[in-house]
Amino acid sequence: MMETNYTFDFSTALADRRIPNPILTASGTAGSGKELSQFFPLSDIGAVVTKSIMLKPRSGRATPRMAETPSGMLNSIGLQGPGIDIFLENDIPWLVSQGARIIVSIAGETVEDYAVLARKLRAVPGITALEVNISCPNVENRGQVFACNPTTAREAISAVRRNIGGELPIFAKLSPDVTDIVSIATEVVDAGADGLALINTILGMVIDTNTMFPRLSQKTGGLSGPAIRPVAVRAIYQVHAALPNVPIIGMGGVASGRDAFELVLAGASAISVGTATFGNPTAAISIKEELENILIEKGFATFHQAIGFAHREEI
Amino acid sequence: MEMPTINSRAQQMDAEVISNKRLGAYNHIVLAVNEIATYAKPGNFVAISVGGAGSSMVLRRAFAIYRAQIRPDGQGVMELVVAPHGNGSKWLASREPGESVNIVAPLGTAFGIPTEPVRALLIGGGYGSAPLFALAENLKTKGCRVDMVLGASTAAKIYAPLEGKRSVNSMTLTTDDGSAGTQGRVSDVLPSVIEQNQIEIIYSCGPMAMLSAITDIANRFGVMHQCSVEESMACGIGVCMTCVLPVEGRDGITRMVRTCIEGPVMDGSKVTWSKSREIPDGVWGK
Repeated sequence: MMETNYTFDFSTALADRRIPNPILTASGTAGSGKELSQFFPLSDIGAVVTKSIMLKPRSGRATPRMAETPSGMLNSIGLQGPGIDIFLENDIPWLVSQGARIIVSIAGETVEDYAVLARKLRAVPGITALEVNISCPNVENRGQVFACNPTTAREAISAVRRNIGGELPIFAKLSPDVTDIVSIATEVVDAGADGLALINTILGMVIDTNTMFPRLSQKTGGLSGPAIRPVAVRAIYQVHAALPNVPIIGMGGVASGRDAFELVLAGASAISVGTATFGNPTAAISIKEELENILIEKGFATFHQAIGFAHREEI
Repeated sequence: MEMPTINSRAQQMDAEVISNKRLGAYNHIVLAVNEIATYAKPGNFVAISVGGAGSSMVLRRAFAIYRAQIRPDGQGVMELVVAPHGNGSKWLASREPGESVNIVAPLGTAFGIPTEPVRALLIGGGYGSAPLFALAENLKTKGCRVDMVLGASTAAKIYAPLEGKRSVNSMTLTTDDGSAGTQGRVSDVLPSVIEQNQIEIIYSCGPMAMLSAITDIANRFGVMHQCSVEESMACGIGVCMTCVLPVEGRDGITRMVRTCIEGPVMDGSKVTWSKSREIPDGVWGK
């Protein structure tokens, strides 16, 4: 229990799982938690969303992988990681030992990859939910971004649903780089997603005007940070309006409690903190404290009451 | 269960600027810090938030720590040498005494100090010389002979404070334009310096091309080479995965490793310098 005098309920639900507060890390900005545990206890946040893990070890892309942009950054990591087997052997037991709640993010190159990853995770204890990353922009061609096409988005989510069994909630992570995000969201929910994670980075590019070449080795990268927050607010608002009962993990440029509150008002049931952690290792903690204070000041008795509050009818 | 040992002494804190002085092309900045001053070792770096509240610069900037110590009055101080070339470093270089900056330090690996007295050569490119002076003092207290080679494009970009010069046995300068020392690059004078002084270990800090050239020469002479690499980073604490280099591990396998966690000080002979901007064939997970 929180050591406070008031009875504010900060807990939130991710499908049928309840977590004590709605602040999460964003996948790919917190590794598997070890590095951040130097700066705060991982059990203090709602959950650690791990860096998207693939079937096999992956070197990622060549450098330069990063370019700072106005109020944001481009990254082009390319899903570097140890692969699911080493991840399950090392990272999950360590996170469990820290008392962290865990949301595992998975990414595949094929529908079959998603199916195999889901089978490997099905019986692993200690996991709160799965985030299915079908929207990483740093792949060789746009055809590989499952979330850019309703059919491929459905196939990937359906493969996870069939193989994970009925127990573990799955959240489909979608790209805002589509004409109609509501139609993609409807499709993946129909395919068995319990919730959605909105939004992944936006495909962008920087050209160095001194060298007159693209700044990143692979030319394009994913834009993140406060620059994309209005895109996240719009996507969450549109999807929540269409699917009000589907929980949304909201993310996109949240750097303060005020920013997190904005995404909650749009319809987010939880908030992932990503790029802000690069600038401030304790960003998730300060955002959590600021958000709780804002909600209390605004007169909410529970966090739940604030979800989608911007959709209410004007009086 | 294994406990985290990464950056286990690192702290995040607001540090007041005690002084900020222009020295040639650089700014020498002294920050008031707490006990982290005793943990910081030559080679470690500090990640500093720039631009102030609401800044559009969302990423920290990494700087090698020039020196860190507890003063006789008990005040911990951390000194930096900053080259104001981008918007972030310009912001930092314009801080006035009394203002505060948010720092995370000490981060990364430090230069390894030999247990026996050895003949060491320290090589710095531009402001890369900064962490080498505290290293020189450490090596001197271990009874090492310390020679130094500093290079830069022009004389104003060589950072060599008077008190730093006192801690070395010899100092060789090179500049691209010949405005100080020998005209040319540090790699031009290295073979003779290594031979004359019978160098056993090289420590270096500077641009990647310089570190790569030093590695070739060190390998040719069979001299160990610890270098501090400078790869652009977003976080400095090991979570963003942007600052990677292909580096061979103890198991003989080359991986893309984070220079903020497994560096910045690395064994130069293990870095695939010729393909540092690629994912070389044979790298784990390619």
